[in-house]
Amino acid sequence: MRPLLPSRRSVVGGLAATAMLGAPALRAQAPPRVVVIGGGFAGASLAQALRREDAGIAVTLVEPKASYIACPLSNYVIAGLRDIEAQRFGYERLPGNGITVVPQAAVDVDAARRQVRLADGGTLDYDRLVVAPGIALNFDALPGYDAAAAELMPHAWQAGEQTLLLRRQLEAMEDGGLVVISAPASPFRCPPGPYERASLIAHYLKTHKPRSKLIILDAKDSFSKQRLFEAAWKALYPGLIEWVSLSFGGKVIEVDPKTRTLVTELGSHEAAVANVIPPQRAGVIAARIGVADATGWCPIDPVTFESKLVPGIHVVGDAAIGGAMPKSAFTANAHAKACATALAALLRGRAPGEPKLVNVCYSLVAPGYGISIAGVYSPKNGLLADVEGAGGTSPLDAPASVRAEEAAFGEAWFETITTEAFG
Amino acid sequence: MTRALVNVPKTAKRGDVIDVRAMIAHPMETGYRMGPNGVPIPRDIITRFECLYDGEIVFAAEFFPAMSANPFISFSTVATASGTLTFRWTDDAGKVETATAEIAVS
Repeated sequence: MRPLLPSRRSVVGGLAATAMLGAPALRAQAPPRVVVIGGGFAGASLAQALRREDAGIAVTLVEPKASYIACPLSNYVIAGLRDIEAQRFGYERLPGNGITVVPQAAVDVDAARRQVRLADGGTLDYDRLVVAPGIALNFDALPGYDAAAAELMPHAWQAGEQTLLLRRQLEAMEDGGLVVISAPASPFRCPPGPYERASLIAHYLKTHKPRSKLIILDAKDSFSKQRLFEAAWKALYPGLIEWVSLSFGGKVIEVDPKTRTLVTELGSHEAAVANVIPPQRAGVIAARIGVADATGWCPIDPVTFESKLVPGIHVVGDAAIGGAMPKSAFTANAHAKACATALAALLRGRAPGEPKLVNVCYSLVAPGYGISIAGVYSPKNGLLADVEGAGGTSPLDAPASVRAEEAAFGEAWFETITTEAFG
Repeated sequence: MTRALVNVPKTAKRGDVIDVRAMIAHPMETGYRMGPNGVPIPRDIITRFECLYDGEIVFAAEFFPAMSANPFISFSTVATASGTLTFRWTDDAGKVETATAEIAVS
């Protein structure tokens, strides 16, 4: 008789489903609830975009920090070109747009009951959950490096005190010192970031400590906008920046924070200032609630951004496996808007449409000298894939006026994107 | 000039097993690829790698077209005496690149 059991179960399930049909109708007056965990570019932009999309949806943003310090343009701070307070954004304008801001850490999620548990023991019920936890530094992947080591060899890859620490170390360094940046293998937050940082630190060194040198130890054999960066380095900072690729022993396999030494497969470098950008993974809550896979990142449906591992939970921003899309604030904003449109459709019983997403990354190689890379992406084979023939990079030979324009575009973009996220 | 990098511990105790790493910048062109105008790109690979410890071969390898560009070799040997490790890469044309490293054994 055992083969009959599944069909009996499905009969019971069918009855239960029929009985449940009344439930949404009963709640017809109650607005659908979306809870967003994480108030960075992805989470805050999503909360705002969702309210713009459908003001009938109740949106709650869960973020323990009182303010957010943005990473884009934080390399300007390291080079002494910008005040860190210009990078700080609060959530005070979000309630005016109908968003409930809960200044709490989310500690766990019960996906079956569709409930978020908060640090103070409170709970939030949701119809759809969005997780936007950004990155966590993967200290396990680099022997010798941990939170204590980061106080001596800053990563400055999550903007804030670390950004200022790297700035202070550069200021305190004697002329003639060696600055070493270690760049991780892909995927990681902000692919052109290490090279923009090298450029702007080189600008500072050239201006203030001209006998100094900068080495980039890279776990890759190529990097974003490489030809543009290398041409700019040759023109602006000849002999100052040395890039060591993976094949030439660039992969850092161990660090010793006491001596600020970076050990590679083929040697070691003792730095006066060491900026260790370690391997990364999705923010810690992703693994706890089961939306991160063995890679440490979160597989998603490229149309709805719903987790492929836990239904009802959507993942946006750096934590998501973005296919061909790089991890950037621009991408986080694009994810947020596409996911908001999909959520509004799903919550109102419509089929979500296929999104087209855009990413542009501006990098500054010197004040008034900007370069960019752009791409267009659409869902293909379960991932966000590059749309062939779209996008590109700044021209390799362009007049100074084009570089100056791109530098201004980068700063204008920052104004736009922070306004979209934080109001 | 071809660039070769080697990594040998500067000091070791007699009998220690030491890690030795060597890398040479080389295209390792297979001979099977077509150039831009449909003309085959001639084969140009390193065919043999040797490491000599005070003149005696402690490690050697034959390379073939399937090897990647910039081949990286890592192996271990026993530190027997203070001396010189000599690394030799021989290519298709018989040209030899060398690199050396000193080790002090106590």
